[in-house]
Amino acid sequence: MKIALSSSGKDLNSYLDLRFGRCEYFIIYDLEKEKFKVLENKGKYSSGGAGITSAQQLIDESVDGVISNNIGPNAYELLNSSGIKMYKGKNISCKLLIESFKANELEEIKEAGPSQKGGH
Amino acid sequence: MRLAVISGKGGTGKTTIATSIAELENGSVRIDADVEASNMYLYYTGKDMDKEYFSASQVAYVDLSLCNQCGICNEICKFDAIDLGKVNELKCEGCGACIISCPEKAITLVEEKTADIYRTEIPNGNIFRAKMEIGADGSGLLISHLREKAEEYGKNTLTILDGSPGIGCPVIASITGNHWVLIVTEPTKSGFEDFLRVYELTKHFNIPAMVCINKYDINEEVTAEIEDYCKKNNIPLVGKIPFDETIVQSINELKPIIYYENSKANQAIRNMWKKMKEDYLKI
Amino acid sequence: MNIAVLSGKGGTGKTTISTNLALLLKANYIDCDVEEPNGFIFLKPEYITKQYVEVEIPEIDEENCTLCGRCVEICKFNALAKAKDKIILFDKLCHSCGACILACPIDAIKFTKRTIGVIEQGKKGEILLKRGLLNIGEPISVPILKELLKDLPEEEINLLDSPPGTSCNVVNVLNYADIAILVTEPTAFGLHDLKMAVELVKRLNIPFGLIINKYDENNLYLKEYIEEEGIKIVGYLPYKKEIAEAYSKGKILIEEKEYKDAFKNIANNIKEVLL
Repeated sequence: MKIALSSSGKDLNSYLDLRFGRCEYFIIYDLEKEKFKVLENKGKYSSGGAGITSAQQLIDESVDGVISNNIGPNAYELLNSSGIKMYKGKNISCKLLIESFKANELEEIKEAGPSQKGGH
Repeated sequence: MRLAVISGKGGTGKTTIATSIAELENGSVRIDADVEASNMYLYYTGKDMDKEYFSASQVAYVDLSLCNQCGICNEICKFDAIDLGKVNELKCEGCGACIISCPEKAITLVEEKTADIYRTEIPNGNIFRAKMEIGADGSGLLISHLREKAEEYGKNTLTILDGSPGIGCPVIASITGNHWVLIVTEPTKSGFEDFLRVYELTKHFNIPAMVCINKYDINEEVTAEIEDYCKKNNIPLVGKIPFDETIVQSINELKPIIYYENSKANQAIRNMWKKMKEDYLKI
Repeated sequence: MNIAVLSGKGGTGKTTISTNLALLLKANYIDCDVEEPNGFIFLKPEYITKQYVEVEIPEIDEENCTLCGRCVEICKFNALAKAKDKIILFDKLCHSCGACILACPIDAIKFTKRTIGVIEQGKKGEILLKRGLLNIGEPISVPILKELLKDLPEEEINLLDSPPGTSCNVVNVLNYADIAILVTEPTAFGLHDLKMAVELVKRLNIPFGLIINKYDENNLYLKEYIEEEGIKIVGYLPYKKEIAEAYSKGKILIEEKEYKDAFKNIANNIKEVLL
């Protein structure tokens, strides 16, 4: 099972980036192998529809779950229709969040957060 | 705390009010988000600290040495933006449909400048603003980008955004993700109608709104109508600002209205801000 | 003949000027501020008919779609995304360009339509009144403008009351304009935004004249700039509380003789200077 965390840095001590579509990095953590890899968030540079680009990136990585804080309507719809579960994380390190996830302590996000920004 | 000041109709006094609030709250971060007609920054002679090139769009570029003038792109383009190898950059939306259709592979997309972005340091804070290219596309994305830049500076303070008129993409980009929106309206038939549309927009995006009636005494009848509407719909009416000729003087002297002691508008804005802070924003 | 009335800054008096001029010149009035149209408040049209404005959006034939993802890659606006077992469209991001249709290797995409606003058309006496209205929450108004402005009666004068600003919406109105009337007010803000509007009409090569609203002869704020640029002034409207009050009630100014004369003057100047 693979989970993705929106992260402000490139290692497990980095804090969660509370933004989803505009976060700095994604940490993809493999729970079986206990290994992780880091991806630059493509959505960060996307001119519009950042959340969509980011969600697409994670779908292409075949993750099973996402830990972030505010996931906007478009990204929510896309992740949800791909059967990817979303969990609410707070402003602590990714390492601690992974531990909480393993212990089943994270709240599942069941509806989209407010749209952050938009534009054409 | 992020507050956006909008109005629907233009010329109702957004900039006057947004600037006053920013002055009253020391250290606040200002975003001049009326990027097509930015006026807020005119109040300040600050120091431009970071200048950044910003592009939100691309346009088609035709390599004429490869183009054989077949005209397929003319037919394919939905925006009437390309004609036998000539691109009308104001019409081109950068979709790339012509690239797919070109048998000679003569077309590529190139970046188009949307604006220069500045962070201007002023004695009591920072102001983020943009100088947009005339006729450029992408004002919504530009505003989103300005807001992102302002974010690191506004973590522990008030961020106040001076919005643009209307209800389209720049306004949507200005209000989403804010904690509150202040709608500045005026008691005219047009002002009221535009207020209703922009209020619907804040409801559509689920952002709490409060209302201020500027120049409330130019038509007390319409003012009463607006007040009534606010009461019925539970929209906090936080201020009523009288018509005050000092405002024109303030704009022409480029000095915020709150520094004119005898101004009636000044007093009303100060009272309004106190109320907003204590009763709603809770800062 | 299409005459666009525009200003960089909002609230300078575009609607006041275009509605009064329309009545005086018996010209058609086209409200192009589709986000916040106000002209009908003053002109009170009769016999309104409505026509919905639709834009094209892709529809994917899910049975035949192989999920190759070419449409997603090609879309510059991130309007398409590939979920686990289907392609999802985010319709508000779509620009109706059709690139996805061209990119699909098995022709599994075709256009369908969705409504983004409405055009209302009515009459006041002989003159035609039209306006576009963008649905709340829709970001893109250009398709409404294009529908509103195509096929205007060429033999008659059409006054295009433009939206504020200088970006894509205004450019789209100016694409249909033969001449332009700029409206400003003598303030630091008015001057700043006027410069942008002037730059825009010059870039598009549209002949233009200027009306100064809220004019007061002691206020010389705009004088230097206007002289330097050699801008032609076609009229003035005074700074009067009376005008603001009439506006607030949705009243037409030329019902008063004083203003009728002022607008006659403006109309004559437009003819002399610009036509």
